[in-house]
Amino acid sequence: MREKKMKPIVVLGSGLAGYSVIRELRKLDRDIPVTLVTRDSGDYYSKPMLSNALAQGKDAAGLVLTRAAEMATQLGIKLLVQTEVQAIDRTNKKLATTAGELEYDKLVIALGADPIRIPVQGDAADAVLSVNDIADYARFRELLENKTRIAIMGGGLIGCEFANDLASAGHAVSVIDPGPWPIASLMPEQAGKQLLAPLAALGVDWHFGTSVSRVDRASSNYLLTLADGTQLQADLVLSAVGLRPRIALAQQAGLEVNRGIKVDTHLRSSDAAIFALGDCAEIDGKVQPFVLPIMHAARALAKTLAGTETAVDFPAMPVVVKTPAHPLVVLPVARDAAGNWQTLATGDGIKMGFLNQENRLTGFVLSGSFAAERNEMSKRLGQVITS
Amino acid sequence: MKVWQCVVCGFIYDETKGMPEEGIKAGTKWADIPENWACPDCGVAKADFEMIEV
Ligand SMILES: Cc1cc2nc3c(=O)[nH]c(=O)nc-3n(C[C@H](O)[C@H](O)[C@H](O)COP(=O)(O)OP(=O)(O)OC[C@H]3O[C@@H](n4cnc5c(N)ncnc54)[C@H](O)[C@@H]3O)c2cc1C
Ligand SMILES: [Zn+2]
Repeated sequence: MREKKMKPIVVLGSGLAGYSVIRELRKLDRDIPVTLVTRDSGDYYSKPMLSNALAQGKDAAGLVLTRAAEMATQLGIKLLVQTEVQAIDRTNKKLATTAGELEYDKLVIALGADPIRIPVQGDAADAVLSVNDIADYARFRELLENKTRIAIMGGGLIGCEFANDLASAGHAVSVIDPGPWPIASLMPEQAGKQLLAPLAALGVDWHFGTSVSRVDRASSNYLLTLADGTQLQADLVLSAVGLRPRIALAQQAGLEVNRGIKVDTHLRSSDAAIFALGDCAEIDGKVQPFVLPIMHAARALAKTLAGTETAVDFPAMPVVVKTPAHPLVVLPVARDAAGNWQTLATGDGIKMGFLNQENRLTGFVLSGSFAAERNEMSKRLGQVITS
Repeated sequence: MKVWQCVVCGFIYDETKGMPEEGIKAGTKWADIPENWACPDCGVAKADFEMIEV
């Protein structure tokens, strides 16, 4: 009798999430067939380095850590690059792709997120760039040649990182953000404001409490008109206003979605054969588009895929903000968390803790010289702080 | 002596050089680095490093 061919685990997306889950799975099992489908080149690169590549002296090609073909060999997988997934047929456990149909035994969705584009008026509105992957970055660097003035829409984590990287490389940078201070979604006022002076000293010009309403072509560059009437010249406009999880394929397939693809602590969606992780996923109610949650999720999911059901258990995961002009580490708290931010120390920077109603430390921001206290602060989490 | 690379950000740990600025002496074997050590560039754990050939 002919042996029935084993259907593969199919992973969608070759970013950190897709590759990490396969890398972890291969530590546990070399034999399960795995197919990875991606619409990009499949080259493995470090996305966080997109916002500090100038300081590192790297261009887009220099950010590639491992070429696609080598990844496929190392991991022992079938790799389909430049292949777009178009639909998931859950009943027949099949995918429609631009390279034809594919069957799966289990499916892992790691499709990432799309940059949010805020509507802007003006005849150059479509010239606004977003940088969310290495191909975007290559284009950005090409356009950056001989350009001086860069306007960045969005003063969040990624906007501030790009501002630091570009200003350090000698560009004049304007940051425009409707919020009240830098990285306001993660940081309290006194902490966020620590970034203002060090980045201004590098040549960053801040515009808070307003947004870009028009981008028009001027003679050799662009003219930005802000909602408050201010006009700015820029040679290049970068948008970094946030990301939206890619949920369309999952939604069309009838999977439960909210902001991201809804999965439980086992990374399992509303279909028992389908899992999700990374920027596209909402794990146990939370979208956490950062490296550390992805690494933890990948490790847990790999165990489950190898046959040992494993829930992800996230430790405290502080986010390091790559602003060398003023180092920052933040362990954010939920927007609706009860408690308040308190200043624990000041000096060359600030140390702040978020204390819950029992005065226990549940979040923190360390800036400037305090950034080095990351491990000590993490150890104090849950402890009662008397300031 | 071996060389290890952070799979997330590409940070290199070279056993020959160690990381004196982090208190890790030149010649320190990867195996002797504490398990709770984190990548200085991106914060991921020691477990997220892989050995690379040089
Ligand atoms: C500039 C920048 C700096 C950052 N810095 C940090 C940092 O310092 N620290 C930190 O913790 N996090 C940082 N992040 C966040 C972190 O990089 C991301 O959370 C992480 O890389 C997301 O990985 P992912 O695999 O989920 O998504 P992605 O890397 O976006 O991968 C998605 C994959 O899906 C593929 N795909 C999408 N649609 C389809 C389709 N229909 N068919 C086939 N393939 C498809 C794409 O081609 C891609 O391969 C940063 C992000 C950015 C943009
Ligand atoms: Zn690293």
